[in-house]
Amino acid sequence: MKVSMEWINELVDISGVSPKEYADKMTMSGSKVEGIEDTGAEISNVVVGKILKIEKHPDADKLVVCQLDVGGEENLQIVTHAPNVFEGQLVPVALHKSKLPGGVEITKGKLRGVLSQGMMCSHDELGIDINAYPGACEDGIMTIEEGVAVGTDIKEVLGLNKHIVEFEITPNRQDCLSVIGLARETAVTFNKPLNLPEVEVKGSGDDVNKYIAVEVENKELCKRYTARVVKNVKIGPSPKWLVERLTGCGLRSINNIVDITNYILLEYGQPMHAFDISYLEGNKIVVRDAKEGEKITTLDGIERELDPSMLVIADTNKPVAIAGIMGGENSDIKDDTKTIVFETANFDGKSIRLSSKKLGLRTDASGLYEKFLDPFMVKEASDRACQLVEMMGAGEVVDGIIDVCSAVDERKWIEFNPEKINSFLGTDISAKDMEDTLKKLDFEVKDGKCLAPTYRQDVEFMADIAEEIVRIYGYDKIESSLMRGETTPGGKDILKTTEDKVKNVLTGLGLFEIITYSFVSPKTLDILNVSKESNLRNMTVISNPLGEENSVMRTTTIPSMMETLARNYNLRNESAWLFEIGKTYIPVSEDKIPDEYNKITIGIYGNNADFFSLKGVVEELANGVNVKGMEFTAEKENPSFHPGRCAKILLGEKPCGIMGEIHPLVAKKYGFDTKVYVAEIDFMAFFEAVDNEKQYVPMPKFPAVTRDLAVLIDNSVPVADIEKVIKASCGKILEKTELFDIYKGKQIPEDKKSVAFALTMRSSEGTLAEEEINNAMNKIVKNIEKELGGVLR
Amino acid sequence: MRDKLQEIERLAKEELSALMADAADKKEALENLRVKYLGKKGELTAVLRGMGGLSAEERPIVGQLANEVRASLETLIEQAKTQIEEYELNKKLKEEEIDVTIPGKHGEAGRLHPITQITKEMTDIFIGLGFEVVDGPEVEYDYYNFEKLNIPKNHPARDTQDTFYINEEIVLRTQTSPVQVRVMETRKPPIRIVSPGRVYRSDAVDATHSPLFHQMEGLVIDKGITMTDLKGTLELFAKKLYGEDAKIRLRPHHFNFTEPSAEVDVCCFSCGGKGCRLCKGEGWIEILGAGMVHPKVLMGCGIDPDEYSGFAFGMGIERIVMRRYGIKDLRLLFENDVRFLKQF
Repeated sequence: MKVSMEWINELVDISGVSPKEYADKMTMSGSKVEGIEDTGAEISNVVVGKILKIEKHPDADKLVVCQLDVGGEENLQIVTHAPNVFEGQLVPVALHKSKLPGGVEITKGKLRGVLSQGMMCSHDELGIDINAYPGACEDGIMTIEEGVAVGTDIKEVLGLNKHIVEFEITPNRQDCLSVIGLARETAVTFNKPLNLPEVEVKGSGDDVNKYIAVEVENKELCKRYTARVVKNVKIGPSPKWLVERLTGCGLRSINNIVDITNYILLEYGQPMHAFDISYLEGNKIVVRDAKEGEKITTLDGIERELDPSMLVIADTNKPVAIAGIMGGENSDIKDDTKTIVFETANFDGKSIRLSSKKLGLRTDASGLYEKFLDPFMVKEASDRACQLVEMMGAGEVVDGIIDVCSAVDERKWIEFNPEKINSFLGTDISAKDMEDTLKKLDFEVKDGKCLAPTYRQDVEFMADIAEEIVRIYGYDKIESSLMRGETTPGGKDILKTTEDKVKNVLTGLGLFEIITYSFVSPKTLDILNVSKESNLRNMTVISNPLGEENSVMRTTTIPSMMETLARNYNLRNESAWLFEIGKTYIPVSEDKIPDEYNKITIGIYGNNADFFSLKGVVEELANGVNVKGMEFTAEKENPSFHPGRCAKILLGEKPCGIMGEIHPLVAKKYGFDTKVYVAEIDFMAFFEAVDNEKQYVPMPKFPAVTRDLAVLIDNSVPVADIEKVIKASCGKILEKTELFDIYKGKQIPEDKKSVAFALTMRSSEGTLAEEEINNAMNKIVKNIEKELGGVLR
Repeated sequence: MRDKLQEIERLAKEELSALMADAADKKEALENLRVKYLGKKGELTAVLRGMGGLSAEERPIVGQLANEVRASLETLIEQAKTQIEEYELNKKLKEEEIDVTIPGKHGEAGRLHPITQITKEMTDIFIGLGFEVVDGPEVEYDYYNFEKLNIPKNHPARDTQDTFYINEEIVLRTQTSPVQVRVMETRKPPIRIVSPGRVYRSDAVDATHSPLFHQMEGLVIDKGITMTDLKGTLELFAKKLYGEDAKIRLRPHHFNFTEPSAEVDVCCFSCGGKGCRLCKGEGWIEILGAGMVHPKVLMGCGIDPDEYSGFAFGMGIERIVMRRYGIKDLRLLFENDVRFLKQF
């Protein structure tokens, strides 16, 4: 909402208030000021001048030389090429060293050898709209109206000495989308009286009912409809003050009647519409639902198709306006319009909002109606419009008003208990001050109760009353305190502390945390080679996404990780070791929200990354948060991974994730020319395997013995299986099994490998005897041979 | 014989002192000298062996003298040895001198994302005040995200939050506030929670907008909670986050789920309130929205507004991160360039 301080000043005396102070105080009482624009700030040293004489330029056909009186001691000579100059014309003159909008500076100089001491200006050069001043014309100098004294500052003439305040009005305060509403707030904020216009219509006899009848078919969506008639209308331009007010608020001047309706829209926040009565068939206005497929061409010249959810204003034959949104071309005010009907009505906000959305048509009127306007301001607004018609001599107002009203005053008296309000706010404001504030805001206060004005439908509870009081009292004046009462332990639950631990371990291992979008493109699964039948393809779909690339909620975090790794790779970062803890979203059913699973995703490339460095990270993460019993089995079927370099991660028997080298073809699609490794682990499964029952184990008292063991075994036997046999065979004296070599090649048969371990044995009961050690080793060798077909090398 | 002994002593001492004129690399030479005089085949030993030819009277006298000579030489040699060792140690230490300004060797530690770091800082402040950290679903029912927060369907307030819809009833949460409702529905006061997390708005990506960002929500419900408590709590938070000098102001505003509502500004850190480019000349920077929990919201969750009151607040985390580190482009936070991540 934009309004000039000068307009406000006519309703509340703020003459001594600087724009900065005005902005600060209004902001702090709840009407946030976004900015104040000084309309003429960029213009200086431009005055009204009179052209005394025009002569041809001696050296240029298209130029003329003018002598002007600008109210100074001497006349000025200005050269121009403007075609519309004539002797006796009053024009804006930019003097020597003057400033114009856009940082333009005018100085005297010579044009084709002839002295020119300034510049005559067009509306464009002064930065105003062609409709903002009657004497503005295309491609020519502005003509200033007769009677203005030469030498007058042009800013005064054009109304460019205004301070336009831009307010950000919150949706609960539709009443402040009006000059009167903001003036009321100003009055309360600055503690000054509010001087509203006295609305009075003289009338010209006759009877409105002779001209028009109104029938409201849909009383749900139209709580009130009033009609007034003006006859002998003289369509013409609006007076200067009216044009200035409209343009100051960002509206264009059209003609006197339309301008009056727009003026009421600004002053009262009440949209109005004017129909040319000669186009209303049957002399009747019907407010009804549109018919299926009914069409109307609106004022903007576009034909629009309506449906029965939309409300129209119609005559007995056709729709003439889309209620509360835009009038029809067919009944618009024309230059020869003689008799008009002023519509001032109240329409249902929700219906207007939906229709406006469906039609893709938002107007100043619909923007206001959407916010549920006060049906009780309709009549005064209508009267005010008629008063302006009379003031401006724009026509004769026919006596009487048609007022079809089904609006009911549903306001309730709310408890007004100053003590309660103070204890809710933590303040100590006197009951009298509270009452004064409420009364200034048009509330009625009586017997410990109060009643909000009809335009404040947002006030329902004690808390609302408290807000009115405290915003005027000053949020800056209330004290600060800290809450008392029962103490609460606070903190994070074990799930969150475990998550924090996971992050700490991973950063300790040299990985960087990333945060990625939760929505992805469905195509990411194609890039990952995920099969058409995969469950991952069952995704939660956003119905109004920004674009295809962000249109589904991810069911795996791998694409997000891959994209991030690829971005780093493309940025020529030599290596990236990254992790993310983020969710996947797995649909449950149409009407249920999806299940959300937290995933630990790890992705690495560069810096000697290989399968085992990734596995090392995963294993060390498990150690770091005390996850027990993690195992890995070869996974050959996952199409996103290298079939020979992918493992399922198990906790006990339960799968909890996948890890491995990304399939070279997939990596290539992401633009990689190097190997990439990714792991995705389900956080919940991981969390459940955390062993929280840590117990101290005494340091060993007896020495350990180390024995090496090398076995020749089939290539296909996983190391983990050999380790399992070693563990089971050796029993509890086995302290540690460490793989130190796998050898294939010379002296080893083609399908075999030599696997070497260092075994550490120790007993807690005494120094191990040679015999015990040999027995254990023998048993291991025997079992490896028996169970896995491996032989001692 | 006596003369002989004295001669040996004299020669040995001479030789030793000549040897030790410079201690460099004399370990071996010293050992040779010791062997030459005191060794099994040494000169002194040879003299002692010849003692058999002495008379009974002379023997103890010469014997004593010989022992004295031996002891004297042994002591001298021992001293020389210490001297050589000291010299060699010093030499070694000298050789081992390093340039301590050469960079250290280390594996590189990773870093938490700056959003995570600031979130932790923020939640820790509230944990210290007895707040519990809770979270809720990101894909949320319209009912929790809007309706229960006093924003019915088709309410104009919905215009200010461009929402991603899954269907009519399910949205990507536009705020962390639905967590409030879920907590109020399931717990009894006193309630003190904060809830950081991801939120979604259908804003196209640019330097200051992202369809996904993070918020932290706070909620307190108890008997006798006042608006001054809200102000005090937020003031304390601002001081912990921005430093003891931080000043805040509460400015009237409107949110459907609080009444009275406030936007909270912090005094511009760059200009101290005078007005500058950072604060767009206003002297204040908006950091969060807050207010007293709306009675309709309380009632909707089965809490009697006559018995209990409370406050709630919500803030965008990215904006705090960006200001803290002087990041001008929001996109950097989601691009995850390691060169960026390494800086925090």
